[in-house]
Amino acid sequence: MTKTIVPLTGDQAVAEAMRQIEPDVVAAYPITPQTEIVMTFSQFVADGRVKTEMIPVESEHSAMSACVGSAAAGARTMTATSANGLALMWEIVYIAASTRLPIVMPVVNRALSGPINIHCDHSDTMGARDSGWIQIYAETGQEAYEHAILAIRIAEHKDILLPVMVCQDGFITSHAVEGVEIYDDASVKKFVGEYKPRMTTLLDTDKPVTYGPLDLQDFYFEHKRQQAEAMKNAIDIIPSIMQEFNKTFSCGHKIVEEYMMDDADAAIVVLSSTAGTAKSVVDDMRSKGMKVGLTRPCLFRPFPKDYIIKAVSKVKIAAVFDRAESFSGCGGPLFSEIKSAMYDSKQKPYLLNYIFGLGGRDIFPNEIEDVYKEMFDILKTGSVRKQVNYIGVRE
Amino acid sequence: MSVKAKGWKDIPIGGMIDKAGSAKEYKTGAWRTFKPVVDKSKCINCLQCWMYCPDSSIIIKDQKMEGFDYDHCKGCGICASICPVKCIKMEQG
Amino acid sequence: MANIKELSKLPERLGPGHRLCSGCGASIAVRQVLMGAGDSAVVVGCATGCLEVATTIYPYTAWNVPFIHNAFENAAATISGVETAYRALKKQGKIKKDIKFVAFGGDGGTYDIGLQSLSGALERGHNFVYVCYDNGAYMNTGIQRSGATPTGASTTTAPAGKASSGKPQLRKDLTAIVAAHRIPYVAQCSISNWNDLVTKSQKAFAAEGPAFLNVLALCHRGWRYPQENGVAIAKLAVETCFWPLYEIENGKKYKINYKPKEKKPITEWLKSQGRFKHLFKPGNENIIKSIQEDVDAEWEYLIKRSEL
Repeated sequence: MTKTIVPLTGDQAVAEAMRQIEPDVVAAYPITPQTEIVMTFSQFVADGRVKTEMIPVESEHSAMSACVGSAAAGARTMTATSANGLALMWEIVYIAASTRLPIVMPVVNRALSGPINIHCDHSDTMGARDSGWIQIYAETGQEAYEHAILAIRIAEHKDILLPVMVCQDGFITSHAVEGVEIYDDASVKKFVGEYKPRMTTLLDTDKPVTYGPLDLQDFYFEHKRQQAEAMKNAIDIIPSIMQEFNKTFSCGHKIVEEYMMDDADAAIVVLSSTAGTAKSVVDDMRSKGMKVGLTRPCLFRPFPKDYIIKAVSKVKIAAVFDRAESFSGCGGPLFSEIKSAMYDSKQKPYLLNYIFGLGGRDIFPNEIEDVYKEMFDILKTGSVRKQVNYIGVRE
Repeated sequence: MSVKAKGWKDIPIGGMIDKAGSAKEYKTGAWRTFKPVVDKSKCINCLQCWMYCPDSSIIIKDQKMEGFDYDHCKGCGICASICPVKCIKMEQG
Repeated sequence: MANIKELSKLPERLGPGHRLCSGCGASIAVRQVLMGAGDSAVVVGCATGCLEVATTIYPYTAWNVPFIHNAFENAAATISGVETAYRALKKQGKIKKDIKFVAFGGDGGTYDIGLQSLSGALERGHNFVYVCYDNGAYMNTGIQRSGATPTGASTTTAPAGKASSGKPQLRKDLTAIVAAHRIPYVAQCSISNWNDLVTKSQKAFAAEGPAFLNVLALCHRGWRYPQENGVAIAKLAVETCFWPLYEIENGKKYKINYKPKEKKPITEWLKSQGRFKHLFKPGNENIIKSIQEDVDAEWEYLIKRSEL
């Protein structure tokens, strides 16, 4: 295994992963900030660097529809989207998962309209958290590149067979240039392997099968139970696939990343690129003797409950950062799920929610530092002023 | 006619039906009020009844009209209606 | 020209035991269209609607060929994916046999909600046949008006009533919309003229690129006629020129396949079905007159285009 450092944006890095994976079929429709993925990949096709057949569809709904048809026909299939593109394909996203098709889809996180905003937040994929797709969130372009490769193996595992969303922050990661370590084509190809469909495909005309039947009260529940089981299997199987990836490519992928958690008193839990900013705050505060830590879930679906309990139980207080609102009146989606997980934990640290960054609103190191300071204040006084808070919005 | 309802572990995943044409086990012939009866002596084997049957219930053997699949014929009467020599009659049953 | 005895040797791709209504025009349409595929292996895609719902009730399927239903508006997009996968895998040498692809959609799933997906698939030039089984309404959900519903028809969302005479609007000319995509082959056919239909279906399957068949497929529940009269009423649609039988090649060359020796008045067509019954009430004569004028104008226009 060899690697070269290439200056690439997060979008280009994912496109590079797609080039190395060389799926049989890619459906493409543009939407900011994902467009560069399909544009870059289209050039690979035009230059004959991949044998992939492109379907330049006329909407995202048709993109996922074509992916379902293609995957059911036994082709390794990918597409990419963001925000309202994901929202438009929402109906078919559920069908892709329930039909157990191993489609891999990079989703570049962008705020859902309205009003229309093209910048980063997690409302899009959070909105799809009940769709039955596996969701992994990348902090950097490097991670997004690696997650795309990992996702193929996760999706196609015979005891999983669920589609995977590979998420990265819109603009912040997708459009920022990093020195990305690109592994050699042969090693990546060897890791993803040749695609072997586990279900009889539509093109197997000697064994005709029917996909997408009418499932009435007598069978729908059983099919959904199967889907739930596959998600349960995923939480057990993904670590071993990550381990194999880590060994092959000398990486450190984890289900949940713990940064300076072991002796921390206060922690922030956050997904994606903001974790990078927060880690530098942790370093800074640690150098001043403050016992702070950071937890970053990489896997969000299936929800890594035991890993969260293990990490968050270590601290006396945790602030969960959500880059999305659930409009439940009780905080954001990550907070709700973490709070729910911690109900089953022996240790019950204080839990706070900070909703931030909606519509691409920046978050700054000093704001993150203020949250840690607030947490220490709460530990001192023993009282939580407000459980659900907003950072960065003008009151 | 009933099918023993299987548990989630015993059916294919993804809602896929892996037995082609399994609907023929479902006897739609039970829907009928009237059934077609053919007078073979008058039949000219034009096969139009077969061409117009919505339920593939006209049995053709060696390009000749042999009879009806009463397990599935719903008794719509289209065959009797279009038969050019009127050799198909609809009777109770 | 198709030979019925030869056709009778073909495998039944849609088998019995499906739960479409007795006398359903859609199943007749599907059976006849699939005969046009000859001996080829066929993969069928289908939009949500009567056809899909009644032929694939888990765990039963009436299909003897690979079949995929995805959702309501995306039969064309779904089959685009299947056809592209086929091309990709064939190019890699993983698939060797020749396979034909066909997507079925009702008028609801084609004229209305499925129009975008159909348009995209046609423009991309996939090698497939799209068949619209047009029964003039959303029948599966209980006879609601669609873009294909004829003027004056009573449906449950545009019913005849004290203040309404059924659907006021003209129906879309989907065949012309499809022809405007300049695909190799477009045709309008009726289950009543099986030889014309099967011949057209053969041409559609043989075409290199997208082909489209708009098939008049009756629904005795929605149209309110005795079920055994289906074929005769479909024939009336052709004889009154309400549903002309014609072909368009590459979006420009029009050919009318059947010109009735004596064009029957549209009243023959209207009085054969209960959905038009209210049009015969005194005071509605002008509606029938305008329907006749529209049929005449469209027929004349079609003749002009076929003479270019």
